[in-house]
Amino acid sequence: MSSEEGQGPGFFTSKLERMVGWARKYSIFQYPFVTACCGMEYMSTASGHYDMDRFGAGLPRFSPRQADVLFVVGTISHKMAPVLVRVYEQMCEPKWVVAFGVCTCTGGFYDNYATVQGIDTIVPVDIYIPGCPPRPEAVLDGLMKLQEKIEKQKQFY
Amino acid sequence: MLVNIGPSHPAMHGVIRLLTELEGEKVLKVQAEIGYLHRAFEKSCENSTWTQAMPYTDRLNYVSPLINNFGYCGAVEKLLGIEIPERCKYIRVLMSEVSRITDHLTCIAASAMELGAMTAFLYLMKAREYLYEIVEEVTGARLTISYGRIGGVKSDLPAGFEKNLLDSLKKVERELSEVDRLLTRNRIWVDRTRDVGVLTKENAISFAITGPVARASGINYDVRKAFPYFVYDRMQFDVPLGERGDNYDRYLVRMEEMRQSIRIVRQALHDLPGGAVAVDAQGEVIDSFDLIDEAKLGHTAGLLRVNTTVEPTLEGTERRYRDRVLPKGRTLALPSKEDTYSNIEGLMNHFKMIMDYHGIRPPAGEAYFPVEGANGELGFYVVSDGSDRPYRVRARPPCFFNMAGLHTMLEGYMVADIIATFGSINMIAGELDR
Repeated sequence: MSSEEGQGPGFFTSKLERMVGWARKYSIFQYPFVTACCGMEYMSTASGHYDMDRFGAGLPRFSPRQADVLFVVGTISHKMAPVLVRVYEQMCEPKWVVAFGVCTCTGGFYDNYATVQGIDTIVPVDIYIPGCPPRPEAVLDGLMKLQEKIEKQKQFY
Repeated sequence: MLVNIGPSHPAMHGVIRLLTELEGEKVLKVQAEIGYLHRAFEKSCENSTWTQAMPYTDRLNYVSPLINNFGYCGAVEKLLGIEIPERCKYIRVLMSEVSRITDHLTCIAASAMELGAMTAFLYLMKAREYLYEIVEEVTGARLTISYGRIGGVKSDLPAGFEKNLLDSLKKVERELSEVDRLLTRNRIWVDRTRDVGVLTKENAISFAITGPVARASGINYDVRKAFPYFVYDRMQFDVPLGERGDNYDRYLVRMEEMRQSIRIVRQALHDLPGGAVAVDAQGEVIDSFDLIDEAKLGHTAGLLRVNTTVEPTLEGTERRYRDRVLPKGRTLALPSKEDTYSNIEGLMNHFKMIMDYHGIRPPAGEAYFPVEGANGELGFYVVSDGSDRPYRVRARPPCFFNMAGLHTMLEGYMVADIIATFGSINMIAGELDR
């Protein structure tokens, strides 16, 4: 109990991890980096019909310093990419990134000179939600998967 | 002091960079930088066939995608010189107006939220959901629908549509009156929007601004009245005009336009030639998979007269509906699914419409077709060189001209008014940057 080094996770450490994971997954403050059409489905998901608030993810924080999940919603063009990376770097650990919509996953059907072919080329991504735009139910499914990931991962303190 | 209201900002409207020169709280100069959502719409259209350009047009003004679809289709039909079926014109008018309502709902909801009225946002989003369900019933998708086809629309209206639409319109009207009671005579709302962001009539004309923003400044220009297209000349509706050109007038103009759009939808539904109900199949009805099996085995006798049921995503494209919403020519639109699957002429027709270097081939020439988009005059200028791909598709984005005039609406006011004014001009980045 007093010194856990060299013994792997003990009883109290693993319980603490699970509690921190539970708390973190139900209090998600998103930074909605909204650019394009997916923003409309994001607004629908955040509204009354398909509520995101019941998952604990209802409050968007419009400053990256105060947010922990970066929802990249909508096409990222090459002009916008440095802005996205800068916002990502301004967020504090622990942070997660959700690629919302197929334009952020792989570039979508904008296979041209102007579009970043998937934001995982510039920031590390945790959850991919494909769809053009994804239905709100798909967004909620992605959110639940994110919550699972947050709960089960090794927590940073 | 130079402050950069960066491309990623808390306002709900699109990506834009506003370089503002401030003196304390007062705004001296504003310079807008756009292009953060440039997705190469015009270049992509040059690399796809005429029908493949349709999904790109959806994503221009993504809150009212049906209007963009029909604008592009109208331009190509003008180039081809064809007339679309009567029923199809009414369907297009109906769906355009539904799209216009969703656009204005989103605009007012977002501007209300930016000023702190979160309740109005939630109520208007609820109203928008009712309309999205209607759009989904007809087209299959909520937002990016690709419903228009050159010469018509993809499929006919489904069964039970009339009742659902009228119910939804009643609910939307209820929400509108609720938000009206919350906002229109609200002291805080009026204080924050009245005499803020004034756009004078001279400025509006010199910047070529159209749409609700110009109408709020007193300019009586609506493409539906000035150059009527589809069946707008048979619809009775009013065009609301503002006086002062401030944010409050723009809000009022949009609210009234929504009510007028509901009026147009009801008229279009009432006047639909062929009635609102789907045509009942007379005689024998067999499933499309059975039809295909019969055709493959060679039992093709009588198959030209049989009616089929197809799977949900293809509903509305069967033979009994096809001529109501698509032109009759073989070179203009796809044949109905029964013809494609059951006889070789239909299959060949289908192939010739789809394959590269075949398909719709408008004669060489150019055409411009303006429609009344939710933000103003949305025009499509289409150039053809006689091949199956467009030579040039240019969209005249109404937001572009609104944004050019934005700095006149912001200079001289306070910093806090920037977001309010910016929200009221409804800048949609997909349209602005294409």
